[in-house]
Amino acid sequence: MDNVASHGTTTGAHAAHAHEQHEHVELGFWRKYIFSQDHKVIGIQYAITGLLFLLFGFSLMMMMRWQLAYPGAPIPLIGNLFGADKAPGGIMLPEFYNMLGAMHGTIMVFLGVVPLAVGGFGNFVMPLQIGAPDMAFPKLNMASYWVYFCGGVTMLTSFFLPGGAAQSGWTSYPPLAVINQGGQTMWLIGMVFLITSSLLGSVNFIVTIVQLRAKGLSWMRLPFFVWAQFVTSFLLLLAFPPLEAAGILQLMDKVAGTSFFLPSGLVVANRVVTGLSGVSTDAARAGGGNPILWQHLFWFLAHPEVYVLILPAMGIVGEIIANNTRKPLWGYRALVYAVGFLGFMSFIVWAHHMFMTGMGTTMSAFFQTTTMIISVPSVVILTAFLLSLWGASMRFTTPMLFALAFLPMFGIGGLTGLPLGLAPSDIHLHDTYYVIGHFHYVVAPGTIFALFAGIYYWFPKATGKKMNDLLGQIHFWGSFICINVVFMPMFIQGLGGMNRRMYDGGALYQHNAALLKWNVVIGFGAWGLGLFQLPFIINFFSSIKWGKAVDRNPWEATTLEWSAPSPPGHGNFLSEPVVYRGPYEYSVPGAAKDFSPQFEPERA
Amino acid sequence: MQIPYTVEARPDTGLHNGKLGIWLFLASEVMLFGALFSAYIILRTGSVEWPHGELNIWLGMANTFILIGSSVTMVMAWASLKLKNWAKHRLYLFLTAALALVFLVNKYFEYSEHFSKGEGPWHNTFFGLYFTLTGLHGLHIIGGVIVMLYLLGPGAKMWEKNPDQFANRIEITGLYWHFVDLVWIFLFPVLYLL
Repeated sequence: MDNVASHGTTTGAHAAHAHEQHEHVELGFWRKYIFSQDHKVIGIQYAITGLLFLLFGFSLMMMMRWQLAYPGAPIPLIGNLFGADKAPGGIMLPEFYNMLGAMHGTIMVFLGVVPLAVGGFGNFVMPLQIGAPDMAFPKLNMASYWVYFCGGVTMLTSFFLPGGAAQSGWTSYPPLAVINQGGQTMWLIGMVFLITSSLLGSVNFIVTIVQLRAKGLSWMRLPFFVWAQFVTSFLLLLAFPPLEAAGILQLMDKVAGTSFFLPSGLVVANRVVTGLSGVSTDAARAGGGNPILWQHLFWFLAHPEVYVLILPAMGIVGEIIANNTRKPLWGYRALVYAVGFLGFMSFIVWAHHMFMTGMGTTMSAFFQTTTMIISVPSVVILTAFLLSLWGASMRFTTPMLFALAFLPMFGIGGLTGLPLGLAPSDIHLHDTYYVIGHFHYVVAPGTIFALFAGIYYWFPKATGKKMNDLLGQIHFWGSFICINVVFMPMFIQGLGGMNRRMYDGGALYQHNAALLKWNVVIGFGAWGLGLFQLPFIINFFSSIKWGKAVDRNPWEATTLEWSAPSPPGHGNFLSEPVVYRGPYEYSVPGAAKDFSPQFEPERA
Repeated sequence: MQIPYTVEARPDTGLHNGKLGIWLFLASEVMLFGALFSAYIILRTGSVEWPHGELNIWLGMANTFILIGSSVTMVMAWASLKLKNWAKHRLYLFLTAALALVFLVNKYFEYSEHFSKGEGPWHNTFFGLYFTLTGLHGLHIIGGVIVMLYLLGPGAKMWEKNPDQFANRIEITGLYWHFVDLVWIFLFPVLYLL
């Protein structure tokens, strides 16, 4: 990582920008590494912070799985660290379980996956892939990272305040979220930071892709990864503001005594809910609100959000498949249209998360229809990737292992979404472990595997070193097996009627009795999965120092980023990049090499 | 290292970066205020009764004309700059900020009146929405004023070094300002008249 900025001022696009001022002030430590405006440094900041949050969010889950496997048993090793208000005698209290659950979801989605996938990969790779010297707005880029950082600190701090962290699910449904004591207010403030960060980032990404493409890089010559980030940025830009609005309204409910989401006549624990925070004690003043309004505003964001989670991953998988099959991606045009259509459709399916709220049949029919339609572009993309494997000259590099695993795992995730998107079957499955199994298959062995693939793939570009392959294999196989042990049984539990978010693992209900044993199996899968991340962590850090040194294009890839030095210096390219052909010209008949990079003038 | 198209327009899009950026930002703002207006619609149509005549329509109308006026002065500020009339530009930009401050002062009087009668956001759903919507709008006005003061103050130095980039900044400030005005054009009838 040192190399990224220290190549700094002597290389760069000097030759091409002859009219440029030649004052290259050597930046101090703080401006170079901490408050950097360089997209590569910012990308690495996002990636490392995101990975740390993923690890933290996963640790919360490992604790939850202990409670579910052995309800009431003291948490081993660390149980006594949490204090009597969270885990007296090391035994997890229900409130603490709920905190862990709400924060696991929040942290993984908003602090882990999206910052890594969009902030990390998007920032680092996209400008290089389009031949740009940096993002359109470097200062805004720096601001967006630090606002994310503030959001993360806010979320983490909430654990240590009286009342603990938010405990009403990552979905924060009122009335519970409003009347619950605890860190919900901090959660809302944290979300405002994160949404702001996201907004600044998405404007930057879109302007960069539209305005800073290199000469010859037309829209239909863009790598699929760039298209995926482009659509993702539109989703973030347009879908997040309604959640910001909802967050403001819920914050008003919590601190200003309003009742946007509190219905009239609400009774909790035998008492009528009156005004809040002591601002109003007139019982008549609490009420007139609509809890379903929150759900609409929340899911209006949160549905496009899941496409934000998957699209960058699909982009990464596309790059790696093309590179390791030595063939162009099948159906490039179909992929582009599919990803655009997917983005558009993602705005009109949200209420499939709300089938059980008592909606009428017309609304239900509308959302079921749009939900079925949206599965089409997803299937197009998956099919195109699968067809890309036909007749391939396959190279089973570490990135390719993860990219290949993505395909069936996303397939399972997608297929299990179908009975959830159809209201009649959703009646049985809503709020059960089936839902948890479904979305984790898409995000965990789906997106996160794709993100691992991307790390192994672009690590050489960022550091000039390759990660170790043996450790990569161990990481892959261990994770692949364990992750399926964790999530496959959840379909069985869900079909059996086991509800989500139950602190005792479902033991309270008799119908769950035969399903409880799976909690132990899942627990071991989760802890095993945790152990198999150790080879990755060791590999990641040790390869920076001791990895095999590589030059610009160790994977013999065709896209523009591989023409820059590894790591690229300030300004990225040594001479102005020009693009001569499409992004995946592999194995062109008659060419001397099995790949014809976008940036080489003559066919090799 | 220069970022291309910060100042001059990219030929195939006809835009400079800041202009595209601000339009995208405004799209997100449409979604933000749109969500709040939707909340208003849902809560009002779901209510049994709804207050009428609680707000000072004359003050609201005055504020409407003040903001429209400030949009006019904002355009004049940009036009004067394009015509290289620095003094006129400064005058009009200053007037825009001044009109915005008058708007805020009026809002302060309105808010104090309501608070003195115990009509805060907690009073009923209508007032909750009124304060949230106008409050968020007011924050956007304050943001705009801060940018204008910067462009009147330390930011004005850019006119010497890079007049075209400075003109771009005034242009995108103007676009933002027109949007803030437009939001008020919706807020006023919805909250004060309907």
